[in-house]
Amino acid sequence: MATTAATVGQVGHAGHVDDRSFLRKYIFSTDHKMIGIQFLIMSLIFLGLGGTLAMMMRWQLGFPGQAMPGGTILPETMAPGGILLPEFYISLVTMHGTFMVFFAIMPLLVGVFGNFLIPLKIGAPDMAFPRLNMMSFWVAVPAGLIMLAGFWAEGGHAGAGWTSYAPLSEAPEYSGVSLGQQLWCVSLIVLGLSSMLGAVNYITTVINMRAPGMTWFRLPLSIWALFITAILVLLAIPILAGGVIMLLFDQTIGTHFFKPATGGQALLWQHLFWFFGHPEVYILILPAMGFVSDIIANGSRKPIFGYESMVFAIMGIGFLGWIVWGHHMFQSGMNPTLGQTFMISTLLIAVPSAIKTFNWMGTMWRGSLHFHVPMLHAVAFVAMFVIGGLSGVFMASTPVDIYIHDTYFIVAHIHYVLFGGSLFALFAAITYWYPKMFGRMMNAFWGKVHFWLTFVFYNLTFFPMHQLGLQGHMRRIYDPTQYQFLQPLQPLNQFISIAAFLLFAAQAIFALNFIVSWFTGAKAETNPWRDNALEWTVPSPPPHGNFAVTPTVYRGPYEYSSPEATEDYLPQDQRLPTDRVPAPKPAGD
Amino acid sequence: MPWSWLLPDGASTFAGRIDFLYYVILVITGIAFVVVEVGLVWFLIKYRARPGRKAEYIHGSTKAEITWTSVTAVTVVVLGLMSGPVWNQIKGRDSVPGDAMPVAIHGQQFEWHVTYPGPDGQLGSADDFDLRNQLHVVVNRPTVATLTAEDVIHSFFVPAWRIKQDAVPGMGIRVWFQPTEVGTYELACAELCGLGHYRMRAQVTVHTQDSYDQWLAEQGQNVALR
Repeated sequence: MATTAATVGQVGHAGHVDDRSFLRKYIFSTDHKMIGIQFLIMSLIFLGLGGTLAMMMRWQLGFPGQAMPGGTILPETMAPGGILLPEFYISLVTMHGTFMVFFAIMPLLVGVFGNFLIPLKIGAPDMAFPRLNMMSFWVAVPAGLIMLAGFWAEGGHAGAGWTSYAPLSEAPEYSGVSLGQQLWCVSLIVLGLSSMLGAVNYITTVINMRAPGMTWFRLPLSIWALFITAILVLLAIPILAGGVIMLLFDQTIGTHFFKPATGGQALLWQHLFWFFGHPEVYILILPAMGFVSDIIANGSRKPIFGYESMVFAIMGIGFLGWIVWGHHMFQSGMNPTLGQTFMISTLLIAVPSAIKTFNWMGTMWRGSLHFHVPMLHAVAFVAMFVIGGLSGVFMASTPVDIYIHDTYFIVAHIHYVLFGGSLFALFAAITYWYPKMFGRMMNAFWGKVHFWLTFVFYNLTFFPMHQLGLQGHMRRIYDPTQYQFLQPLQPLNQFISIAAFLLFAAQAIFALNFIVSWFTGAKAETNPWRDNALEWTVPSPPPHGNFAVTPTVYRGPYEYSSPEATEDYLPQDQRLPTDRVPAPKPAGD
Repeated sequence: MPWSWLLPDGASTFAGRIDFLYYVILVITGIAFVVVEVGLVWFLIKYRARPGRKAEYIHGSTKAEITWTSVTAVTVVVLGLMSGPVWNQIKGRDSVPGDAMPVAIHGQQFEWHVTYPGPDGQLGSADDFDLRNQLHVVVNRPTVATLTAEDVIHSFFVPAWRIKQDAVPGMGIRVWFQPTEVGTYELACAELCGLGHYRMRAQVTVHTQDSYDQWLAEQGQNVALR
């Protein structure tokens, strides 16, 4: 403890005078921590919007054709008399997916925590390119506004699904949508620029700006995951941008990349979209795995089990992510021989996923588990990710996929990975790093209430979707009662809708806890979770420039319960008598 | 049976093979699920923090890593080897039986147009006729459908037959199936195709050979009357 106190004394109130103007400090800030907070607020707003759209969908699915309570505030073009129109319903489907994937989960994982954590955890004063970093956020804002504007577009918002399969997505004569779909394209191109600016920054920062002694294999797994994710973003986003630009050109200047009637290829869009889209799936889970690794080791007071296997598993998932895109297209009419190849590569993803899962369990094994709120969410992540991973085996098997492709089984799977996985990891990460971001603790009691309500209603919402899918219930249909074979499933659909409403309502607790704690939460100490990583050696919140003195790193971040330490943790920068001072970095490293 | 892990009754030669693979995967993933979740809950209880107990300082185990890596790898490769042949029998390019009855199915927002070969059993001849949203086939006899689409991508899905295949504009995709039960079923569109996607359904009627011949004769009269 003596050394911890010393580190606090060293950097706390270091006399750093922050003379930035309000505008420079809070709005056009180049400070990675403020940019992270800006991304946090923006993406939480989109998370709420995406959830609201889902609630409307669940109303229609549970109670098809009935007026939605409060629905009369929507214009006639969306819900006359409060009854959702089918064309508005498919816009909801499209925008729920688009908001959640591109404007909520991805920026929460990468924009928020990539920004906030990378410099702090590697011992750097800021990002390599702070101005690019600021631009990355201020490019994301107009992208979000353009995407929102589509709801006011004549003809309605894009309605071809978040995957926007051509030719439906590019043919106003078949979709009835023109401006909405074009805004969708423009928004994603602009957002792609934001993601790439961020990715360049993260990669450069991790390679160049690690503190002395912070070797690659002393990096926290969250940083490894964010680093590999940034490489995936840098390589995948240009493919999406390319595809979306082609789609936009087809709509506006008369090209026909995807128009079969004039010689284009409908399947080309799917190949481009999923060649981006599957790495994107791992962009949406790898950082989550990283955060959970940090938090589970902390909550277990034990070193992470199999650190190096965890790193290689992250790389393995990152690599395999590039050769599995065809599993989205087994039933698309692509050459069936390719189905075999993609099936094997897809099944192999189970290997690194299993390595990670068993290593998390190994970390908890013989630990001393402390169930703080972030730990509860992190454990839930493991429990739910397992379900999402195992359900993936069903559709990896090409023959089984024939039946369950495009059914609610897929909807259940994606939500077990993206909500059960990514979003629980985000609740863990937000509650864990909130004190470092805002200098105040979130309320633990309400944190636990939120966790349990979310965990229960989440499972009641999404688990029965497996059953719907197994009965053949198709995705993206406005009114399941049109089909005789789906009519017996209507009670289950209603059950899911009610569970979903309660799940949504429970999020109000999180929102209130987040906002109220910002103003009235207990002041956070420097290291409330007794963690080893470098961000916990600086005040909460850290000053501009982070470290008063560049830290020196002597070990990895997971040395909990080390016999060498008197406490049950051993900070990365604490020098023991046996530790040697690392040689200064050679110039140009 | 809404809460069931069982699949609904199948009515084609594919159903048995697909359902078998599904149940194999259900058992394997079910075991993995129970092992992991029970293990997790057990750890949460057994290793919860208590006064006087310290976590053990363990960094990992190469033996454990090798075990779970190889067990998982072998399991998924076996699943792949089991799935491959079934996929080829259903979707392989040369899997269509030579005696399959040909039909042409054309998806168009938001209906299915089915072209029948007529009494001569050949498509592209004068006795062909079209029906809207009605698919008639013979039990225990393979049928091969050439799927095309007018406007956007649709997907031919008969849940009871466990068959699904996208119909893509600009492509003619052959898909075959062999019903094993007489009766009426539903054909659904499984790919979002626009605002009427949810109502793009057709009725499937599986006849005995006799009742199909009778139905075909009636159609011939109808065509003649037109």
